[in-house]
Amino acid sequence: METKQETPQRAYKNLLARYKAFSNRIPLLGWLCGGIGAVLIEYFLGDLVSYYLGLPKVPVLFGCLIMLKKPILIPGAVGYLLLVYGLPVFFIARALATPANKLAAFLAKGPITIAALVHLGLLYAILHIWTDMSDYRVLVLKLTMIAVMLTLSLNVINGYMGEFSCSHPGFMAIGAYTTSTITLWLFANDKLFGEALLPAAIGPFFFPLALIAGGLVAALGALVIAIPSFRTRGDYLAIISLAFLFIVKSIIENLEFVGGPRGMSSQPNYSNLPMVFIVMVLCIWIINNFVRSTLGKALCAVRDNELAAESMTVNTRKTKMVTFMFGAFWAGVAGGLFAHVLRYVNPGSFGIQRLAEILAMLYFGGLNSVTGSIVGAVSINLLSEALRPLEIFKWIIIPLLLILVMLYRPTGLIAFTEFKPKELMRSKE
Amino acid sequence: MALLRIDKMTHYFGGLRAVSDYNLVLEPGHIVGLIGPNGAGKTTIFNLITGIHTPTEGNVELEGHNLIGHHPHEIAGKGLGRTFQNLLLWRHMDVLEHVKMACYSQLEYGLLGAFFGTGRCHREEKRITAKAMHLLETFNVAEYSDQLVSSLPYGAQRRVEMARAMAINPKVLLLDEPTAGMTPDELNRMISIIRQVHKDFEVAILLIEHRLKFVMELCEKIQTLVFGEVIAEGTPEEIQSNPEVIEAYLGKEDVT
Ligand SMILES: Nc1ncnc2c1ncn2[C@@H]1O[C@H](COP(=O)(O)OP(=O)(O)OP(=O)(O)O)[C@@H](O)[C@H]1O
Ligand SMILES: [Mg+2]
Repeated sequence: METKQETPQRAYKNLLARYKAFSNRIPLLGWLCGGIGAVLIEYFLGDLVSYYLGLPKVPVLFGCLIMLKKPILIPGAVGYLLLVYGLPVFFIARALATPANKLAAFLAKGPITIAALVHLGLLYAILHIWTDMSDYRVLVLKLTMIAVMLTLSLNVINGYMGEFSCSHPGFMAIGAYTTSTITLWLFANDKLFGEALLPAAIGPFFFPLALIAGGLVAALGALVIAIPSFRTRGDYLAIISLAFLFIVKSIIENLEFVGGPRGMSSQPNYSNLPMVFIVMVLCIWIINNFVRSTLGKALCAVRDNELAAESMTVNTRKTKMVTFMFGAFWAGVAGGLFAHVLRYVNPGSFGIQRLAEILAMLYFGGLNSVTGSIVGAVSINLLSEALRPLEIFKWIIIPLLLILVMLYRPTGLIAFTEFKPKELMRSKE
Repeated sequence: MALLRIDKMTHYFGGLRAVSDYNLVLEPGHIVGLIGPNGAGKTTIFNLITGIHTPTEGNVELEGHNLIGHHPHEIAGKGLGRTFQNLLLWRHMDVLEHVKMACYSQLEYGLLGAFFGTGRCHREEKRITAKAMHLLETFNVAEYSDQLVSSLPYGAQRRVEMARAMAINPKVLLLDEPTAGMTPDELNRMISIIRQVHKDFEVAILLIEHRLKFVMELCEKIQTLVFGEVIAEGTPEEIQSNPEVIEAYLGKEDVT
């Protein structure tokens, strides 16, 4: 019989091991069902629970805002998190483990598209119900999803290809202004372009085309950078792309027909939740397909050793140019969505600060990893939202966190991994 | 017709005449060795053939087609595979990915195929995976297929590099000191691997080597390079008994 003492560390380790053993049996499908349960509970019982816990109202962002504003409410907020999110997810996931595993195994037999659609449908349902409670949540969620697109597309350039580009906010601006110009000109009665040319009813269906146009114009902008930057070996990209960022900003400031420094406003409300969600999923799917194909892995070869890549038939210059434009395309699309989420843009939204934000999300999450970009964008975005009550201290805490990550994991939290949807969705039995 | 023909190739690095009036005729299926002391210009000759440097003067032709002025990736795609003296591998990629990467120009899907993961893209990936696995088996490194190259023993890294060069379907294989840093045991294995590859893939080989035993055993013809100039050319026996070679090269080195 063992006579080991029960130290806190050991207890913690035990708990961790048990949690691992438990979570190893639950497929993603199970967690998603748990998530649906949790958001439904919040939807119907949230007010009641917060009333009994002494909270003024339902905590809008996982209680962070409440906790930071009124520390006395911390126990209540933690209790709320446990009662509404933690325990329901845990118990529902456990209760449904067996059927969820069976369903996952069944889905795995069919085409992956169907399995992916089922999972995405559940995820969307969770997000939809969760955001139904407040407009603030809708806004935070949309901006987070846009941040995921920006981070991921920058990862393709700075992570996979190993260059250092600073022009992402510029591409975003190009996309935002192009898309806004199209939608305002065609579908809205506004002061810049006058009467709508087409009936507003077809606007939402036309919006994806406007987004693509925004992305394509951004990609053209990227070509302007790519031609001089990738001509010879050497690190010109960082400088040229930074210059590009400033040039785009000052051009827009001086273009009167898009509002100059005042910006453009009253874009139609086309960036609704399903729209942003679908575009983000497409972005992740396409980028992930690309970086996992041999054509996309050429980026890593170019980064790790350009001479070897070139000697193994890889057209390194074309690879760099195409990739740079590809990344810019998605930044442009994200910019188009962004403009229609805020329904107001001005040149000031696309400056150095935006660049710092995107870079922070990228290097926090991890280079060369789709999962890393998603994690980085979501966590930094939510964190910066949650720390808002701390005001100026927010800009101390986030950089400190980033420095810590850089110290212990120089390439980011989840770097150099492959995102494998099939693995993610498999049955755990 | 000669497979690879080099005429009066000369190259200057600034004022340094690194290669002068170099000629080579490589017939299909032949193995030619290039020996010479350090700094003689052997690697430079490889870099000139593969387009990494453009020769100051002279001509390089593969099957009658001029190679001068083409990008290295185009020259490689025409059928010139090579390895590097100090191993140029990709440190974040695994062994299988290395060999698949060299099939880049043979891929029959485009960017859109890669973006949307089309059926053709999957079929092509499967095809080159099978091809790469076959090459890994030929070079005895299949067991490492899912490992990063940096975790492999040195000899295995060299063989991965050769497998990678073979994946571009080369007509001519350029090997830059394939046995550098190998034990005598590994050396013998390398000889048999090169023999087998030469036979199975019907590839002509130009190889740079320091160890005489190796060149003598493999090559039909040997060129000796000193200060960028070929001072002797002939069969292994002729080279071994050439007084100039003995003076310039063999005399200073261990002949075994
Ligand atoms: N890129 C370069 N720029 C300038 N000089 C170079 C360059 N590459 C090689 N050289 C010079 O050219 C000469 C020949 O070099 P090379 O590398 O071809 O020799 P090598 O025969 O391969 O020698 P080793 O046996 O050491 O590999 C050397 O004097 C070297 O310093
Ligand atoms: Mg050399």
